[in-house]
Amino acid sequence: MSIENLSMAKAINNGLRQALKDNEKVLLMGEDIGPLGGVFRVTEGLHAEFGGNRVLDTPLAESGIVGTAIGLAMRGYRPVCEIQFDGFIFPAFDQITTQLAKLTARHEGALSMPVVIRVPFGGHIGAVEHHQESPEAYFAHTPGLRVVTPSNPHDAYWMIQEAIASDDPVLFFEPKSRYWPKADVDTSASGFPLHASRVVREGTEVTLVGYGPMVSMLLSAAELAQEEGTSVEVIDLRSISPIDYAPIIDSVRKTGRLVVAQEAPGFVSVGSEIAATVTEHAFYSLEAPVLRVAGFDTPFPPAKLETAYLPDVDRILEAVDRAMAY
Amino acid sequence: MPYTAATVQLLSPEGTLVSSDAAQQYLPYVEALSDDQLRDFHRQMVIIRKVDIDAANLQRQGQLAMWIPSLGQEAAQVGSGFAAKPQDHIFPSYREHVIARIRGIDPIRIIEMLRGLSHGGWDPKKNNNFHLYTLVLGSQTLHATGYAMGITLDGLSGTGDPDKDEAVIVYFGDGSTSQGDVSESLVFAASYQTPQVFFLQNNHWAISVPVERQSRTPLYLRPSGFGIPGVQIDGNDVLASYAVTSANLDAARSGKGPGFIEALTYRMGAHTTSDDPTKYRKDAELEFWQQRDPIVRFEAYLRAKGEGDAFFAELEEEGNDVAAGIRARTIALGSPERDSMFAHVYSEPHPLMEQQREWLEQYEASLEGGQA
Repeated sequence: MSIENLSMAKAINNGLRQALKDNEKVLLMGEDIGPLGGVFRVTEGLHAEFGGNRVLDTPLAESGIVGTAIGLAMRGYRPVCEIQFDGFIFPAFDQITTQLAKLTARHEGALSMPVVIRVPFGGHIGAVEHHQESPEAYFAHTPGLRVVTPSNPHDAYWMIQEAIASDDPVLFFEPKSRYWPKADVDTSASGFPLHASRVVREGTEVTLVGYGPMVSMLLSAAELAQEEGTSVEVIDLRSISPIDYAPIIDSVRKTGRLVVAQEAPGFVSVGSEIAATVTEHAFYSLEAPVLRVAGFDTPFPPAKLETAYLPDVDRILEAVDRAMAY
Repeated sequence: MPYTAATVQLLSPEGTLVSSDAAQQYLPYVEALSDDQLRDFHRQMVIIRKVDIDAANLQRQGQLAMWIPSLGQEAAQVGSGFAAKPQDHIFPSYREHVIARIRGIDPIRIIEMLRGLSHGGWDPKKNNNFHLYTLVLGSQTLHATGYAMGITLDGLSGTGDPDKDEAVIVYFGDGSTSQGDVSESLVFAASYQTPQVFFLQNNHWAISVPVERQSRTPLYLRPSGFGIPGVQIDGNDVLASYAVTSANLDAARSGKGPGFIEALTYRMGAHTTSDDPTKYRKDAELEFWQQRDPIVRFEAYLRAKGEGDAFFAELEEEGNDVAAGIRARTIALGSPERDSMFAHVYSEPHPLMEQQREWLEQYEASLEGGQA
């Protein structure tokens, strides 16, 4: 076992470095990812180490980045694109959903599309418009894509490498509010496959499910609930598409109550999907309706309002109380 | 948009070789062509027109959901298509039926798409590097540019060995030039100096909207703002299309970076079988271009060179046979397997694909067995 104490940004940086070493077909592409190391420094040092033919500072055009990454993948490369901020992904939306997601099917399996698109996402950083969004549901809704998000440095280190090794296109959402806290990373073994969800805290009365930036908040809420006498289980989804339901269904059969939390707006969202599927598969185990804690169905507000907009520990606990009241 | 002083033409509408300063540099490419190659140019143009007309009829008879005619654009396509070497990579738009055929794609594969049996489905690697059609306008220009970036990263352009060097040619139309992806691909191509040729077929109409709505400046001038040289050719002149594309591909392969060709041509038919050109364009315009028909022009050239009636009569027969064969095979086409829709959405196993395939199978079985 080999343990390092790393921030998530550094863990992803190390994962990218390892992927670049392991396979010479791996390329990094994006805006400002070269000498600067990206606006979040996730690619820091990689340009110096691997050169401009492996770490490409591209022109400032997101559709161009993804569209040329598709061509490079057709040529046999494994491009890893960085979209600088969540809200800047939409110029590339057409290439992602109309081309990248469909090309393997269009070719009837004759080619794969091993493209990873890294997207720093989510709020809690007090930034201006378009810099704090959670657009994951658009991509989870699109057949042909895989969508994952790590919640901690260990998962981030392994999941980025597993995403790059996947022959399918993977949207890799990085919770930017979790870029800097450090935690132990076991660089000898991942422990979980890319699309496995994981029980991160065991409990008996309510199941909380979340992903990415929400997981640490769910754990804090579970601690507080415990102090108030409620035993809460927490599941880190890790993969948004596909969703690994088995641990969730098992948990709900045990607890009878489910609260799903996300920063993204709740309407037609990952939380809605989980609520529907769990209701279908564990209906007779449910003691309460599945509840969602989510961002409001408004555009992400100016940063001074983000604490009112984003779910927090209190809103999670409020939902736990409501679930317990049935 | 009529021809301009800059339009490179090697063959006049009457079928005689043009001697101009602009033509001089390209003539060696024409002089190097054998009589067999010249005959094959004509052969491909004549056959695809017969297939084209027959396929449109098949649509009218309910055999196809749609057909996309290339009538009138044969010279632009045949010339540039033959200019590509076997190791070059071709990214079509969706009207390049004859280039597909030149690269070994059976036209029935295109028929299958337009009959609702596939979305293309051929493997470019097994089909002489002819990529799939792309129906969203301009998207393929970025794929082509990325592919060409890959050639550079592989060190397979500018090696000094012309048989080893590779290049990409990408096709798009005048309507597509307004798409952001086309501009972004020009930016990336210039930035990375990709080995690639942008081949614009300006057929003057984007369905019902004339090219003047897309651009107030001749389109061959647009790439110069991106740092890419542009040239305008008479797209109904198969020799100009061949020679100018050859020169651009040679430059691209040898490491001189991207080039851009605007081929002035005309869509003599409808955009697809779904529209009616009489609603938006004038007869006089069609007549102007009918007088510049690429096939009539090249036949005159070949006859002047001494080609006899026998060749043209045999070709007529061959074209009719090919078209009849496609017609018969079209009518005999079956349906895709029901569960094929789940087969290649992902390259790796995916739980929803497995669950839904299984569900559909059981559901269908329950209906067939009468037990819901």
